[in-house]
Amino acid sequence: MSKQSLVVIGNGMAGARTVEEILTRGGPDMFEITMFGDEPYGNYNRILLSNVVNGSQDASEIFLNPLGWYEDNDIRLHAGERVVAIDRYSKTVTGAKGTVVRYDKLIIATGSRAFIPPIRNLFKPDGSLRDRAFAFRSLDDCTAIIRAARQSRVAAVIGGGLLGLEAARGLLAHGCEVHVIHIAQALMNVQLDMPAANMLKTSMETLGVTVHLGAITESVLGDQQISGLRLKDDTEIPCDMLVVSTGIRPNSELGRECGLTVERAIVVDNHMRSVDDPNVYVVGECAQHRGMVYGLVAPLWEQGKVLADHITGADAEASYQGSKLATKLKVMGVEVASMGSIEPEQPTDEIVQFYEPRRGMYKKLIIRKGRLAGAIMMGDLSKVAYLMQAFDKNTPLPEERLSLLFDIGAPEKGKSLEELPAELQVCNCNGVSKRAIGECVARGNRTAKAVMSATRAGMGCGSCKGLVTDLVDLFCGGAMEEDPTLHYYVPCIPLSKPELIAAVRAQNLRSVSAVFRCLAQGGVEDPASKPALASLLSVVWKGDYEDERDARFINDRVHGNIQKDGTFSVIPELPGGICTAAQLRRIADVAEKYQVPLLKLTGGQRIDLVGIPKEELPHVWRDLAMPAGWAWGKSYRTCKSCIGIEYCRFGLGHSMNLAVALERRFRGLDSPAKLKLATAGCPRNCSEAYVKDVGAVAVEGNKWEIYIGGAAGSEIRKGDLLCVVDSEADVVRLAGRFIQYYRENAKFKERTYAFVPRIGLEKIRAIIVDDAEGIAERLDTAMAESAAATRDVWLEGELPRTQNQFRTALPVVDSNHG
Amino acid sequence: MAEKRTLGPAEEIPLGEGRTYSVAGHDVAVFRTRSGGLYATQARCPHKRGPLADGLLGPTSIICPLHEWQFDLTTGSVIHGECGIAVYPVSLDPEGRITLEL
Repeated sequence: MSKQSLVVIGNGMAGARTVEEILTRGGPDMFEITMFGDEPYGNYNRILLSNVVNGSQDASEIFLNPLGWYEDNDIRLHAGERVVAIDRYSKTVTGAKGTVVRYDKLIIATGSRAFIPPIRNLFKPDGSLRDRAFAFRSLDDCTAIIRAARQSRVAAVIGGGLLGLEAARGLLAHGCEVHVIHIAQALMNVQLDMPAANMLKTSMETLGVTVHLGAITESVLGDQQISGLRLKDDTEIPCDMLVVSTGIRPNSELGRECGLTVERAIVVDNHMRSVDDPNVYVVGECAQHRGMVYGLVAPLWEQGKVLADHITGADAEASYQGSKLATKLKVMGVEVASMGSIEPEQPTDEIVQFYEPRRGMYKKLIIRKGRLAGAIMMGDLSKVAYLMQAFDKNTPLPEERLSLLFDIGAPEKGKSLEELPAELQVCNCNGVSKRAIGECVARGNRTAKAVMSATRAGMGCGSCKGLVTDLVDLFCGGAMEEDPTLHYYVPCIPLSKPELIAAVRAQNLRSVSAVFRCLAQGGVEDPASKPALASLLSVVWKGDYEDERDARFINDRVHGNIQKDGTFSVIPELPGGICTAAQLRRIADVAEKYQVPLLKLTGGQRIDLVGIPKEELPHVWRDLAMPAGWAWGKSYRTCKSCIGIEYCRFGLGHSMNLAVALERRFRGLDSPAKLKLATAGCPRNCSEAYVKDVGAVAVEGNKWEIYIGGAAGSEIRKGDLLCVVDSEADVVRLAGRFIQYYRENAKFKERTYAFVPRIGLEKIRAIIVDDAEGIAERLDTAMAESAAATRDVWLEGELPRTQNQFRTALPVVDSNHG
Repeated sequence: MAEKRTLGPAEEIPLGEGRTYSVAGHDVAVFRTRSGGLYATQARCPHKRGPLADGLLGPTSIICPLHEWQFDLTTGSVIHGECGIAVYPVSLDPEGRITLEL
């Protein structure tokens, strides 16, 4: 039997997806397939256009089927040729370039176009949008919007629906000031009720978008170039570009012209066939089914399956029953989901609601006869996956309504993952079920990344990536394979730290760029690895290497800790927290002279001058005339102390003296992570020496206990007793030996509280105290050389290392810092 | 309609670093990579407005110093984080001065 000719008009998501479904049902043996598409591309994922505009995805990443796919499947594609006529009598379609193709079966998937309201001065004489005014519908629109946004200061978006808000967020990312003009009194008024819309407005305003509600745009201002908008109430909003996102209109003209029944769109039966012609199917946004026209992606997938089942005969009874509507807003920092009814519609409808506007939280469920009829969730979408499932499948809800809003006393995560049904659709963008993920793992894919690229789960909007990763781990029996780079000192060089140190020595590599050139894969720099390598070179070569400043984190370039507003903190050295009246007076004078926003006693017994602009740092340092306190880096930081035996009636040792000696020895020393020390004059531990990276505690009999690996930060751990020694000098020597061993063996950013248990206390004690490996002398020498190579970096204030070092990265024109 | 602005000599920016300029009301960070590339982006990170010029620079990417969002300098697209940044065409004129197109 010869094949039938199947012609598909429209190469968007609906057309291409439907053809994919047909191909999997034996379509290649039944049909010669011809497709027409307006756009000169393969087909792409239109729901990700927002990501292209906000820059989080490149245009090339959103293609679903590249041009090669058509070739591979023997599909004849007329890309860039619009169909201008259908003749149902002769069963032919005619393209704008004169192509005529005969069909046995026809699928109309012409989708929809942007609806542009009649606004004065918005159009060119030929009816197209004027320059710098855009619809937000196609890849070409996106490209043009991005190009214009980069040259614009103020952008206006007409339309405060889902797409309009996503466009607004995208424009913001390109540095534009953004106004949203919305005709209704509430943003996303189709999907949200009033309280939710008000909270969304606040969230958008917090992001920096100005929202105008109840606003009707009357005309576009400006003759040559767009200069603004005038609203009906005569408000004028200046802008130099414009995006119109006011809804869509189905492309149903072809259907109407060839005599098909068209109301809002082309009317179809439950098989997705035109009600007028059994050989013509319609799918997607140009189809009207039981009075409904759908503009979302999920209904289109469902329609495509039914159509494919029917046209191939795989299931001649396949019947589309309409879709339930659920949406999520893809705006970074704003979590909004909505499904079904947003208000009660029947007297017996039950409302379950939680409202906490201060934190941007709002949850509302409409429950009808024990099943979910609709929901709005804002601020916390943790229950949305479950609710969408319950809504879609119409499953009965638990009696405990609270558990629908929050995870209260939920079973542990692993258990609930196991309980998820196998057919649960984990990735709603690409339709990947829990079972499919399990099967993919069973085929030997043992990392989340491999499973995602094999199944396409998580490759759509990306919101399910966490769940996919958890499921991969579950199917791997908790033994999901880790990334091998975890054991490397830096991910781009496949060597552990001791191996890397050996290679650096052997090849005499004395700059970070030389290390990349000679050891990194492909010789390519990895910016994230630069500080780790700079730290390592300092350990290996002490002061004798080329100190490339760009390899350092900003804190280590300007010798202060960067704050959230881009200013820095200045903490002068105060060993053991001991200071003089003259020093305090000088600090006070400097604080007043420079109008320091915050003066704060730190947890490390020092004084912090917070909020110094970068360009002021050299002046502040000069006026303080105190050495740097090293409070910013992966380095020795501070040594706290109590007043000890000299004053305290319980004191057993000279804790202040020891603190000063430790600070003088270790100040300025690079380290894998920060090192915080303390000395305590007795076991009462007032200076908290038990919970420091290195702590020394005086005990009866003129002895000192040395503790290592303590922490009282995000991790709380009592240090391990390394040894007991007889003198302050021994404390300095053994602490130094331990610190040097740590410098040579710890991963970058690995604090001692992780390092000590990883290596093991017994092994460390054997090396440091008993010299079991015969390296004690070498460690002591290396520490002495390293300590000798340190200097007071604040002297660079007088002689900057580069002309960029103390130049502001926060221009004064900025309104927040003017 | 691109507008060209001359910012200053390239040597103002040490290799491997960035520097911020105010240009016609825009704050622009300009970067000189060690591999010889010259790039310009919006000055502030879209996440929490961190100063990108103070970030860590790679051959074609920049990492914000505040929370380590990372961006591709050639396209502005995001590598780690949730959204991209604006990038501007930038080049050296015959005298070696940085020239920016806005």
